[in-house]
Amino acid sequence: MNDMTPIQTTLKDWESDQEVRWCPGCGDYAILKAVQRTLPQIGADPKNTVFVSGIGCSSRFPYYMETYGFHTIHGRAPAFATGIKLANPDLDVWMVTGDGDGLSIGGNHLMHLLRRNVNLQVMLFNNEIYGLTKGQYSPTSRIGTTTPSTPMGSVDRPANPCAFALGSGARFVARGFDVSKNLPDVLIAAHRHQGAAFIEIFQNCIVYNKDVFNDFAAPKGAEDRQLWLTDGEPMLYAGGTKGIKLDLDTLSLQVVDVVDGDWQSAGVIVHNVKNRAIAHMLVELPFGPFPMALGVLYDDPRPTFESAVIEQNAKASEGREANLAKLLAKGQTWTVAPSAADPV
Amino acid sequence: MATQAAERPAQTPLETGTPEAVVVRFAGDSGDGMQLTGGQFTLSTALAGNDLATFPDFPAEIRAPQGTLFGVSAFQINFGSTQIETAGDAPDVLVAMNPAALKVNLAALKPGGLIIADTGEFNKRNLEKAKYETNPLEDGSLAKWDLLAFDISALTIEAVKPFGLGNKDALRSKNMWTLGLALWMFDRDRQPIVDWLKGKFKGKPEIADANIAALNAGHAYGETAELSGPLKKLTIAPVESEPGLYRTITGAEAVSLGLVAGAQLAELPMFFGGYPITPASAILHYLARMKEFGVTTFQAEDEIAAVCAAIGASYAGQLGVTSSSGPGIALKGEAMGLAIMTELPLVIVNSQRGGPSTGLPTKTEQSDLYQAVYGRNGDAPMPVIASRSPADAFEVAIEACRIAVQYMTPVMLLTDGYIANAAEPWKVPDPASYTPFPAKFLEEKNAKDADGTERLLPYKRDEKGARPWIKPGTPGLMHRIGGIEKHVDTGNIDYSPANHQAMTDARKAKIDNIVVPDQDVALGDTTGRLAVVGWGSTFGPIHQAVRRARKNGLSVSHVHVRHVWPLPQNLGELLSGFDQVLVPEMNTGQFKTVLRDQLFIDAKSLTKTSGQPFSIAELEAAIGKFFNGTPNDEGGEVLPNAGQLPEPDSGYDDGSRKRPKGVN
Repeated sequence: MNDMTPIQTTLKDWESDQEVRWCPGCGDYAILKAVQRTLPQIGADPKNTVFVSGIGCSSRFPYYMETYGFHTIHGRAPAFATGIKLANPDLDVWMVTGDGDGLSIGGNHLMHLLRRNVNLQVMLFNNEIYGLTKGQYSPTSRIGTTTPSTPMGSVDRPANPCAFALGSGARFVARGFDVSKNLPDVLIAAHRHQGAAFIEIFQNCIVYNKDVFNDFAAPKGAEDRQLWLTDGEPMLYAGGTKGIKLDLDTLSLQVVDVVDGDWQSAGVIVHNVKNRAIAHMLVELPFGPFPMALGVLYDDPRPTFESAVIEQNAKASEGREANLAKLLAKGQTWTVAPSAADPV
Repeated sequence: MATQAAERPAQTPLETGTPEAVVVRFAGDSGDGMQLTGGQFTLSTALAGNDLATFPDFPAEIRAPQGTLFGVSAFQINFGSTQIETAGDAPDVLVAMNPAALKVNLAALKPGGLIIADTGEFNKRNLEKAKYETNPLEDGSLAKWDLLAFDISALTIEAVKPFGLGNKDALRSKNMWTLGLALWMFDRDRQPIVDWLKGKFKGKPEIADANIAALNAGHAYGETAELSGPLKKLTIAPVESEPGLYRTITGAEAVSLGLVAGAQLAELPMFFGGYPITPASAILHYLARMKEFGVTTFQAEDEIAAVCAAIGASYAGQLGVTSSSGPGIALKGEAMGLAIMTELPLVIVNSQRGGPSTGLPTKTEQSDLYQAVYGRNGDAPMPVIASRSPADAFEVAIEACRIAVQYMTPVMLLTDGYIANAAEPWKVPDPASYTPFPAKFLEEKNAKDADGTERLLPYKRDEKGARPWIKPGTPGLMHRIGGIEKHVDTGNIDYSPANHQAMTDARKAKIDNIVVPDQDVALGDTTGRLAVVGWGSTFGPIHQAVRRARKNGLSVSHVHVRHVWPLPQNLGELLSGFDQVLVPEMNTGQFKTVLRDQLFIDAKSLTKTSGQPFSIAELEAAIGKFFNGTPNDEGGEVLPNAGQLPEPDSGYDDGSRKRPKGVN
């Protein structure tokens, strides 16, 4: 909660005494460290911080954080988190989910968490595979993914997590990846946002879906394949030699070359995190012809669910006395008088 | 018609002039306002000091086609000068607002009973819709009953003429005209109804006046009709009740009030997560209007989210409550397991309906007992308690909150469609008479290492076997919980064989050792030939049947169990004092199975699974079989009772059972 007094902590203060049990080389380690690095930076307080997760590799996350943690059931973390925030809005809640947990079994709850705009951070670790159940394809797996349950390759079209979030009404949508040095900045922005902040974090499953994001996440040539978005800055990549333009005839984004840094004359647009229409285009940009859009894609806060609930509860209680005896005796009543025969 | 006439009793209860109890059934089209009429008649009955019980019976369709058999809505009330426990087996008076209402409800009417019918609605079109070939009011087929047939529609239009309403609007007051007549018949004061109408139509005084005029006209008509027909004014003496303040209450209201009271006694804010479902939604509706009592209501996206949000709220330090009916409870099963595993307080209310699957959404059944006691994966023990009547639901809801908070466990509260909708008089309790059970939260570390270092053990148990409740936000007590098996003290993940054995044992022992009050005998001696053991809403009919059997000199007692799991410690010993045990249930014998398993007794089962409550007569007959000298005819199945309540789906041309609209 950024309205609370920041407190001084170090990365070590956020490490629990539990042995981390992800596979060696798993992208989750990098995300864990990024989070543990971020929390001291934002002045978070361990006693007010709650990590809530569902089921899956990513959902083991709370055990490794020296905070309050609730490892719940498959897909339902958004519902638990909603109950926690309604019961105590002062808690700083981080939800951890995965592509299977959040978009398959829990897609419904995630949609409603986002549209209600519960004030918390959702980190969806997307590795495009089911890890904990040993490698079946997931709702974000690309067509043709060969797994034990799809020996001839998957045939169903994958879900796009950020498009899902935006379509569900999310007011903050961001992207990062496990080993990115920019991940803490994305987390900080998400935390600053008042409302449901959705972060898709591409995560490398070293065992079942190794290097599936290497096309854009590999360090070599990264700048040609990653478009890091900053509010108020032109959408440039490839060392400033390429940019993104809005083609007004087709109302779609285009890649343009930028000569000598003159992005204005190339028609490159400036990123405005409050532009929902452009955000819809950014989340849908096909990787290949376009770079991968990363960073804060959209950030335009609205009043949160719990603040509305609390306001309504307060208004409904205004001037009304919580008198149980009166409540029980409400409506039309009648009195039976003691008869003469009754002992006094 | 000679044979039918011969079936008439010499003197009907109505003819005596001062009956002990009378059953009246108001039946009409679902648009006729019969539930309102019944509700207001109930109020006037209560104000007259009679004991009463009601049973609303309405179609599953939200707006059933007018005049059809399946669009009939009825409200039955049993009231009298003695203790009333059920809505009554068979009506003495049937008010039939149209042919369909007459057809559907006629079979239930006592021979010699009175039919009041609106001839204005017995036209060709309505007779056809009700599948009458000839007009029953004219063809002599009603000879076995008294008939008072006249044009209520025309009389209503006449009465409200001065208010300038069109015919359609005028006819809306028909129910008030009928109510006026009923008030005259039972010598009731009209003023409370007049006050109610004025309040209801505050912004529309002309509508209020029209309705009051109709009410008065119906009342005046009684005087006239008495001179010429079978109508008599009846006086029913007030029942002898304990002195005090009374009101009427339905089960859904009582559960809501009990939950609010329970949360107050626990000194906790309440979080209620719900999802609309028949017949449980009423609880969500009531609680949504009680925010000043620290109640937050949350209509979730589904049943699962409703229970999960409630568990989340409990985790954060409020009293989490969720409510549903059978299909929704099934969806909540996995989350209940998590509440058991993480040992968090939670109250789950199941307003049971006929099942399986969508089943009979608006009809009552007790068939979720296995689901409540056994219906989760793993060894997942959970206390189960059942309310026996609308008023009792208040006490039971408080008890559920107490157990949940004191033992850090989810608790299942069983009620049913009958209890939820039925109303009875309730002696308003004094909240101060309940012992508070304030929730305690752990504020500091609760253990010490060998070297004296303070340590938190989130699963260290108290003398009740309960772990501490630790609110996030408490300094120094950060810890993690979840659905994976946990170490007996630290709560850290631990799959080891010895640990799982120890935790399974600890979870079981905690529930087994919940202190529940000793079982008492509701009626009769503590030993004897036969104990009739019930649970839930069968209380009323069992009680009356046992009372009648005892009057006839039979050695029979009524035992009614509130604590279904764990059972009261003394129940086995108590029942061993009886030669035989009969367990009547609105299911195929679920509690009988629990009793046989837990107490190793030869409990006989009496089942009824037609979506109808037991009638007193059915239970009296079942009791009689233990005393008739015929071996091996005890127990068994009570067949559907065509004379009891309307068939739920009668009237479809093709005989199909179409899925009701608007019911989840």
